[in-house]
Amino acid sequence: MAVDTVRAHVVSNRSSGRRRTAGRVLNYALLTGAAALVLLPIYMTLVFSLQPGAEALRFPQSLLPTSVDLSVFARVFEVSGLWRYLLNSAVVAVAITIGQVVTSIMAAYVFAEIPFRGRNLVFGGFMATLIVPTEVTLIANYDTIVSLGWLDSYRGLTVPFLATAFGTFLLRQAFMGIPRDLRDAANLDGYGHLGYLWTVAIPLARPSIAALSVFSFLLAWNQYLWPLLITNSDSNRTVQIGLRSLASANVTDFNLIFAGTVIASLPIFALLILFQKHLIRGLTSGAVKG
Amino acid sequence: MSGPVGQPPTSKPGVQAGRTRPRHRLLSLGLLAPSVIVLTLFVAYPFGRTIWLGFYETDPFGGNRRFVGGSQFAGTLTSDEFTSSLWVTFRFTLLTVPTGLILGLVLAVLAHQRLRGMAIYRTIFSSTVATSVAVASLMFLAVLSPSVGVVNQMIRWLGGQPIYFLQSTTWALIALAAVTVWQNLGIVFIVTSAGLQSLPEDLYESARLDGAGPIRRFFSITVPLLSPTLLFGFVVLTITSFQTFGQVDLLTQGGPLRSTNLIVYSIFDTAFRSFDQGRAAAQAVVLFVILALLSFVQFQAAKRRVFYGR
Repeated sequence: MAVDTVRAHVVSNRSSGRRRTAGRVLNYALLTGAAALVLLPIYMTLVFSLQPGAEALRFPQSLLPTSVDLSVFARVFEVSGLWRYLLNSAVVAVAITIGQVVTSIMAAYVFAEIPFRGRNLVFGGFMATLIVPTEVTLIANYDTIVSLGWLDSYRGLTVPFLATAFGTFLLRQAFMGIPRDLRDAANLDGYGHLGYLWTVAIPLARPSIAALSVFSFLLAWNQYLWPLLITNSDSNRTVQIGLRSLASANVTDFNLIFAGTVIASLPIFALLILFQKHLIRGLTSGAVKG
Repeated sequence: MSGPVGQPPTSKPGVQAGRTRPRHRLLSLGLLAPSVIVLTLFVAYPFGRTIWLGFYETDPFGGNRRFVGGSQFAGTLTSDEFTSSLWVTFRFTLLTVPTGLILGLVLAVLAHQRLRGMAIYRTIFSSTVATSVAVASLMFLAVLSPSVGVVNQMIRWLGGQPIYFLQSTTWALIALAAVTVWQNLGIVFIVTSAGLQSLPEDLYESARLDGAGPIRRFFSITVPLLSPTLLFGFVVLTITSFQTFGQVDLLTQGGPLRSTNLIVYSIFDTAFRSFDQGRAAAQAVVLFVILALLSFVQFQAAKRRVFYGR
């Protein structure tokens, strides 16, 4: 009887160990299958960009490049203003990022540290802008840009986005989270508002500032509707709109379209790999508080 | 947060003194000015002007506005064109939001295990946040195009006829939904993963001791505890689906037969191709009302989130 119980126990233990291994194999199978599906569009784009005449290929041979031809990556720069598009996107995205970080730091500091009559009202006004998306204000903003003479210019691409209520909120939270003792110590040392902001608040809020920077850059780089609307020359087009013209000018040259797509996505993939932590922080703080 | 006038008088001396000194008023004015100017000029003013434009009719040449009161809103709301684009947008939301949320959650649950190599899977699952709408749309040509698309190559290999996904009234909206779900997958994965990591581990431990299997644990612990995150994701995805534009512009231009004429594309088309600012503005105001209602739901959801202690 006792022996039976022990034996049963051993058997069940062994089978549960086996079940755990089976479970692990199943987990890896599911994870790998899901990863393959997620990567499929990226992978096929890469394969088709490397391979001229991919449309002549038959499945399943088409899943692997049978010949690799890198010359298309040179050709895509020749037939389109891709360099210029990339440069424009970089300038615009960097300008918007710096602008948003600077204006957010300034406004957030007031909302966190300098009380004045009516401050909550102003803050409420800031937050109210969050529910007005660019799609709604598009028509009137277009008129504004036309009357300012900013159509098809860097100014038109950047100035409307140089402030952000979301960033202001994010940094206000960060400034408010700084312990009061530090504030008091800075006071005793004779620091005024600007001294405290520069030497204490900004360094301590660095994680939030980094998150905001990566988040702003990503959004600015990926903008589509606004640059499409207000740029019409190659010299001011951003890379997203450049891709659009590349695709519509070479409808059947998939090789070229996919090469352009690969090049246009490289900077952001690099950003994702380099700043994954900050990006995820920025995205989830947007999610939690946005 | 303290009241509008600031700290109570008992608070420490120095820069934080109760009443704002004139110098500090000047300082706060200077610090707020850049943001206030930009937000006023490019958010508040155009918002008001859009509503104003909605009350004025535009003549066929794009000028000469005539006040028509609310009739343009009424006309827009009842026009076949607008109601059909609202209906298309609604169906697009139904196609993208639940699918996107469920797939993102499944990936997050799969990746929420201590297994070797998980960091690689996590990076892969979040990778689509790095794609812009233009990149995602063009990448899907490699999947859906009738000639090179891998799906159609498979169909041909199986002996079928290729499907013209983007030229078919049955498939075009589904194809756009597929691009959208894929592009959103990264952010949904990141947000639900963060939600999962915040759930108490011991609850799972005791459920396991009570003999609850993985499926039972998922539906009795994960889903209810994650519901604030899921509700939040649901609202955000719904809002973004109402803002969809790039996929339509790149892949279908609203066609075939307006079957993918999503609301923002319709606004863009009305304002900048038909040059009918008045009607476009009326449509934009309706879009705003929808989005404001959704934001309100989101705000309520955020409050619940705080209540849950996250």
